[in-house]
Amino acid sequence: MSLFISLTLNGEARDVSIDDPRVTLLDLLRERLALPGTKKGCDRGQCGACTVLVNGRRANACLMLAAGLDGAQITTIEGLARGEDLHPVQAAFIEHDGFQCGYCTPGQIMSAVGLIAEGDAGSDPERIREGMSGNICRCGAYHGITLAVQEASRRMAAKEEGDAA
Amino acid sequence: MSDTLSPQIRFGSNAGQPATRRDGLAKVTGVATFAADNTPEGLLYAVYAPAKIARGRVSHLDVAAAEAHPGVTHVITPQNRPELQGDPSAKPTMFSFRTEVLQDDTVCYAGQPIALVLGETLEAATEGARLLAPQYVADPVRVALDDNLATSFEPAGFGLPGGASHGDVEAGHAAATRSIDVSYETAAQYHNAMETHAIVAQWDGDRLTLDTPSQALNLSCAGFAYFFGIPPENVTLRSPYIGGGFGSKAIPTGPQVLAILAARMTQRPVKLMFTRQQMFGPVGHRGATRQRLRLGVDENTALTVIDHEGLAETSTFDDFVEPAANASQDLYAAGALRASHRLVRLDVGTPGPMRGPGEASGSAALECAMDEMAEVAGMDPLEFRLRNYAETQPGTGLPYSSKALRECYAEGAARFGWEGRPLEPRQMQGADGLLTGWGMGTALFPCPMFAAEARATLRPDGTALFETSAVDMGQGAWTVLAQIAADSLGLTLDQVEFRAGHSALPDGGVAGGSGHTATAGGALHAAGGDVLRQLGELATEDPQSPLYGAGNSSLVARDGWLLLEEDESRRERFADILIRAGQTEMTGTGHGGRAPEAAGRHAMNSHGAVFAEVKVDPDLCQVRVTRLVGAFAAGRIINPRLTESQLMGGMIWGTSFALHEAARHDRRSGRIVNADFAGYHVPVNADVSGLEVITVHEDDPYVNALGIKGVGEIGIVGTVGAIGNAIWHATGKRVRHFPIRIADLLAP
Ligand code: FES
Ligand code: FES
Repeated sequence: MSLFISLTLNGEARDVSIDDPRVTLLDLLRERLALPGTKKGCDRGQCGACTVLVNGRRANACLMLAAGLDGAQITTIEGLARGEDLHPVQAAFIEHDGFQCGYCTPGQIMSAVGLIAEGDAGSDPERIREGMSGNICRCGAYHGITLAVQEASRRMAAKEEGDAA
Repeated sequence: MSDTLSPQIRFGSNAGQPATRRDGLAKVTGVATFAADNTPEGLLYAVYAPAKIARGRVSHLDVAAAEAHPGVTHVITPQNRPELQGDPSAKPTMFSFRTEVLQDDTVCYAGQPIALVLGETLEAATEGARLLAPQYVADPVRVALDDNLATSFEPAGFGLPGGASHGDVEAGHAAATRSIDVSYETAAQYHNAMETHAIVAQWDGDRLTLDTPSQALNLSCAGFAYFFGIPPENVTLRSPYIGGGFGSKAIPTGPQVLAILAARMTQRPVKLMFTRQQMFGPVGHRGATRQRLRLGVDENTALTVIDHEGLAETSTFDDFVEPAANASQDLYAAGALRASHRLVRLDVGTPGPMRGPGEASGSAALECAMDEMAEVAGMDPLEFRLRNYAETQPGTGLPYSSKALRECYAEGAARFGWEGRPLEPRQMQGADGLLTGWGMGTALFPCPMFAAEARATLRPDGTALFETSAVDMGQGAWTVLAQIAADSLGLTLDQVEFRAGHSALPDGGVAGGSGHTATAGGALHAAGGDVLRQLGELATEDPQSPLYGAGNSSLVARDGWLLLEEDESRRERFADILIRAGQTEMTGTGHGGRAPEAAGRHAMNSHGAVFAEVKVDPDLCQVRVTRLVGAFAAGRIINPRLTESQLMGGMIWGTSFALHEAARHDRRSGRIVNADFAGYHVPVNADVSGLEVITVHEDDPYVNALGIKGVGEIGIVGTVGAIGNAIWHATGKRVRHFPIRIADLLAP
């Protein structure tokens, strides 16, 4: 079987051949497209380690079949920084020590970017905690994660206001 | 572009500074390479089939069906498994367990590997493993402590803590005017690091390269090499980043050995990554315990006796003790102590060390029992602990190397607002109608050190390279060890290149027992010191040096200069000393470890006090931990930012222990029914609020040259009991098992 899909992957148009209909987006990225930044923690939608943005919304890559994604825009952790410039969420994770081992971190960061874009949490810690609860961190870096998302959210809002002014 | 900005990365320059993580950039951009991220050319994928029964034997595997599946290349079963050179029942290293590597068709626990399937893709190998459709002859299983109690035994042998005692225990019981006799149970827990165990194995002749997470690189090399009849130095193990270990990644496991075997058999690289479900099998776990605690006090509320009996599970084929009663050994000044352990053989995988092994589960029971004893004595729980404060090590009378526990109690209590807490339970109800309770627990963790080696190389440009096969599994070794290294030569952090996580480097020892920073850090510091000693010799013996004739001992290093301490105008650059001596660089070596005589002179522990507030819905009995304040004294703190993270992580583990984690077995098959993140609960972000950490200053001149005690495990200790006690204080219910669930509080 051979199937081709077109993706916009981290801003780049790609034609991707799918060698097996069972391939998930996660295994496509990790095992076939040399993008292992997205992590596998459970492979069944229970941990959030594989969170990526699909058409701007956060999604568990382990739960999506690659073959169904023709035309989709995918952003992974590898596509977040612009060259040397970190995304504000990435910078805030370093500053607030929002991780220890770093294994859940790509998923946490993509989830935070998605959460901020959803616009429901703002910098309210309770809502951030709730909105980030689909991403398990076994190291227990939650305190730093919440602070990081709060700060990034604030900075991005301030930047947007500045840009609009 | 609207959503980017320059990195805000600040590095401190030496120990004591809250430097951000040196590996932070790699981790937030996704370029940090974990084991399973490697996909070498020509890779085969391996998937193992786990047993679905806990005891019996495999009677049939549909090998033909698996082999017929497109993309499947090999099926390895006990019938055709290539020979291993090492005996899987032997223990070649101190971290070896009897290993299940398809020796035969017997099944000793659910999840044991019973076949390995190789495929050109992960999808093919996964489906092949499913198609094996194993059939079994099953025997009755024993998965609960009571199932095999009759044959329980006292553990004996290397690495198995039998127990300890001092004083006259019977006299202690007799002297008590008030006493308690209570039993606590703790559930089996599985480490479940976010990164599941994984390995990528590649052979080149009789040389083996492994990408696999390891908490003890060089020991793991020896452990793996043993199975293949090659010397440990033929194994190159790369483990630059570990996605959490918690004790589970120091011991070679059967599936990893089988993947290496498959790579040798096929002469292709092989990748095996455990599924989440498989993390509830051959990778160790914290064994379930039942602990009986008998405490007594005299008329002055002084403890006359602590009698702590621990019963723990082990497998049918190997011995490991969750040494819960250890928690009672060094903490309170009881007239007499008995701490003992017994083991029960069950049809489970062999347990192993899991964050705070013994201390975590033992403290859970001890700290709740102390609360019960205080209640019987009509005394505030904190005051009761202070009344029984050990000024010297109970039993031996040895002084503590340092012990700021009193300060931990005081600072923690003040920050929490403990004063004025009503003695009786069910006294505090908020405006929201929720029952509020406050509880506390003491934390203690010993300060073991293993051994480590390191090398320092001073370069002509004034920068230095430091090397050791140390391990960063999230504690922050990449950063903290570099800080120590920089300090040893008086350099700034950015003048230091630090290499770790690779077995070809000097042996960095074990990341375990909360001793890695002290041990590997000690080795790095000594290596830097060795360079300085050599520089000093060159300079002070060279008439052309401004330092000529100065004693070596009064030299200090700062900013790339060697200076005379009493007259800093006499100084010379490292680089100039090297150049004049005709050397391009200078290398020093160092060893980290504890001198045996030091261990006999002082008792050495980290200490802490944890205060918890819970709110309980009076109708639904849902428990929320709303505040958790931990004050810890752990010697010198190298990096306050990372230390706070470690301690908070530990306290979250304590919350998890108290309220969430438990592996539940099906009593007929012996399988764990909740073997995934949907059923096996760990805290999520919404479970964590009001977390505060205080570190209490402590100078310890005896624990090791750097005064470091370690912070990796102590956060979990004390926290479990504090939460259990807070739940009692809120509800009036003493639940004597962990985790405490809604159903326990709903029960009349
Ligand atoms: S790997 Fe996708 S949610 Fe866990
Ligand atoms: S940082 Fe280790 S799992 Fe989150």
